[in-house]
Amino acid sequence: MRQLCDADPLLRVLIRPAAMIELTEPEWEALLPRARACHLLARLTVEARAGGFAGKLPARVQDHLAAASTVAAHHERTVRWEINRIQRALQHLDSPIMLLKGAAYLAAGLPAARGRLVGDIDIMVPRNALETVERALESAGWQPTTFAPYDQRYYRTWMHELPPLRHRDRDTVVDVHHAILPPTSRLKPDPGELWAAARPLGGSRLHVLAPTDMVLHAAAHLFHDGDLHRSLRDLVDIRDLLICFAGQSHFWPSLVPRAAALHLGRPLFYALRHCCCLLGTPMPEVVASAAARFAPPSPIVRAMDWLVPNALIPGSSDAAAHRNVAGVLLYVRSHWLRMPPWLLVPHLARQALLRTSPGRD
Amino acid sequence: MNVGDLSLGLFAAQLAARGVAIRWGPFVSRIVSGLPELAPPLHLLYADFPLEPPGGICDFHVRVRPRSRSVPWSERRVEFLLDHAPAFPPFSRKFALAVLEWGLNWCVYGSHRFLLIHAAAVERDGRALLLPGRPGAGKSTLCAALVIAGWRLLSDELALVELQEGRVRAIARPISLKNDSIDIIRDLAPDTVFGPPAVDTHKGTVAHMKPPSPSVRRAGETAVPDCIVMPRFVGGEALQLDPVSKANAFWAIADSSLNYEILGEAGFTALVRLIDECRCYALTHSDINEAVAALDQLSREAEVSKERYAAAV
Repeated sequence: MRQLCDADPLLRVLIRPAAMIELTEPEWEALLPRARACHLLARLTVEARAGGFAGKLPARVQDHLAAASTVAAHHERTVRWEINRIQRALQHLDSPIMLLKGAAYLAAGLPAARGRLVGDIDIMVPRNALETVERALESAGWQPTTFAPYDQRYYRTWMHELPPLRHRDRDTVVDVHHAILPPTSRLKPDPGELWAAARPLGGSRLHVLAPTDMVLHAAAHLFHDGDLHRSLRDLVDIRDLLICFAGQSHFWPSLVPRAAALHLGRPLFYALRHCCCLLGTPMPEVVASAAARFAPPSPIVRAMDWLVPNALIPGSSDAAAHRNVAGVLLYVRSHWLRMPPWLLVPHLARQALLRTSPGRD
Repeated sequence: MNVGDLSLGLFAAQLAARGVAIRWGPFVSRIVSGLPELAPPLHLLYADFPLEPPGGICDFHVRVRPRSRSVPWSERRVEFLLDHAPAFPPFSRKFALAVLEWGLNWCVYGSHRFLLIHAAAVERDGRALLLPGRPGAGKSTLCAALVIAGWRLLSDELALVELQEGRVRAIARPISLKNDSIDIIRDLAPDTVFGPPAVDTHKGTVAHMKPPSPSVRRAGETAVPDCIVMPRFVGGEALQLDPVSKANAFWAIADSSLNYEILGEAGFTALVRLIDECRCYALTHSDINEAVAALDQLSREAEVSKERYAAAV
């Protein structure tokens, strides 16, 4: 795997942005679509501008980098405005609001937000406030994206979030969570513990997760709650958070104990392993070896070492068949982790049935 | 070297293997497709378009490929991939050419060095005429008729306005005509070359008109924005060409722009400048020849008409 991060130009420029100057046009030609596919093009623009070499790149590359950063700037404006609107919609409730993922990185001014595209806005509220928050958002113009009884029930019974709410005028989507993983999931971090450690943002009711918890949430989201498909950007998020928080003296020593307390040791193990192998992220040896106690049996580690880069990085392997196998295995894995088999089998059967029925597109 | 300089056999082989890199105006797209039915119409419609020499950077890596069928008796479908990912849901394989054309339009949506306006654009004497309008307003029909009357085709579906210089760029890709428009244009110019029509799409029947060679050859030349005309085809109505106030034109164009909001301040600045430079009209017509004549007159009298427009609004 060490060879992969040297051999793959996309990983190379993510680890060492200055390597962009050395890329030939054919290398850019191969890199641009891959970087765009995993939403990392705007990130490269930020790095190229910060490094002062953006103007030295080939003209066509500059066009694409500039376009990507235009979109990222638009996302940033949109997210700031949505946070403002959500605060306003919930101003009469006394429940605290936790911003998660992209919105949190932006509101907290973290380097992970630079040139980052944000899809939906993710917030978390205490479970007992869920209903009032949903009603307040609905009366401010957010509407359920699905009315199908099955979907509604799926979310409300088995998921850690409400069915997504879309704003009727602005078309933006808010995901309202009450936990960071589904209640049916094999791992169940206690939301109460996350709230107890949360950091308020500048005197408002907005909060973000504590630094360790932010890393653990990103790790759980990537390695426990999704199918990893084209999620290299999420690994870059974790890398950015680790590097940013490394400056706080208590961050590294408290990371592994916190993971144990929140039952998120396994995702942390994977996150550290792949940040290290794929993105060359520096970390104390003692932390990496402490996290190793959360590792699965070694054949699974080896299988994941093969599966993860294949899924995370678009076009990392020339054999499309390999990618498909990796994709299917990880899709099954993500659902396996998400819910026990007696819930999973009927759900997947239904999804498969829906896919084959005509007129769905 | 142009697409037409390759034999159809060689073109089809390249298309299916490493793809063909075709330049259209400011963009280069590498198109890969193993669909045998796609090569002949592409070779025909894009005959005058330059092939990009190998080794350069392509803006869009696109692929049209058959979609695997979930059950053996379902319809054969194709999907359009941009940067290895499907851009939109698959369509019937019968529409392969239309899917590629929609897909290439889709590619442009991410080109934020331009203000992108949902409009047809043509040029005469270095001056650009923009025809914005919702689907069904008849902008493509009018665009095709103007091109047949000697205007240079800039673009059919999306007008590109440079953010820095404010000039209109050309794409000159085939004009997409729907339903009755296809026959109207055939009647107007019987020797017009069309690709194979796609029947029963969600837009009805769609056929692509081959752009005139001079328009394709001159696709590198920009034009100064001069006129914005919002066309509306209403059967039985007498021709009417009314000046539109700059404020109303501003909102209409902002509304039909695809990236006005994404561009933020740069979009606002570009749009203000565009509207400042243009005479703006609303055109209602029921006869394509009358409409072309009215727009010809508008362009010939650029200076006189500028004063008249200023007095009217």
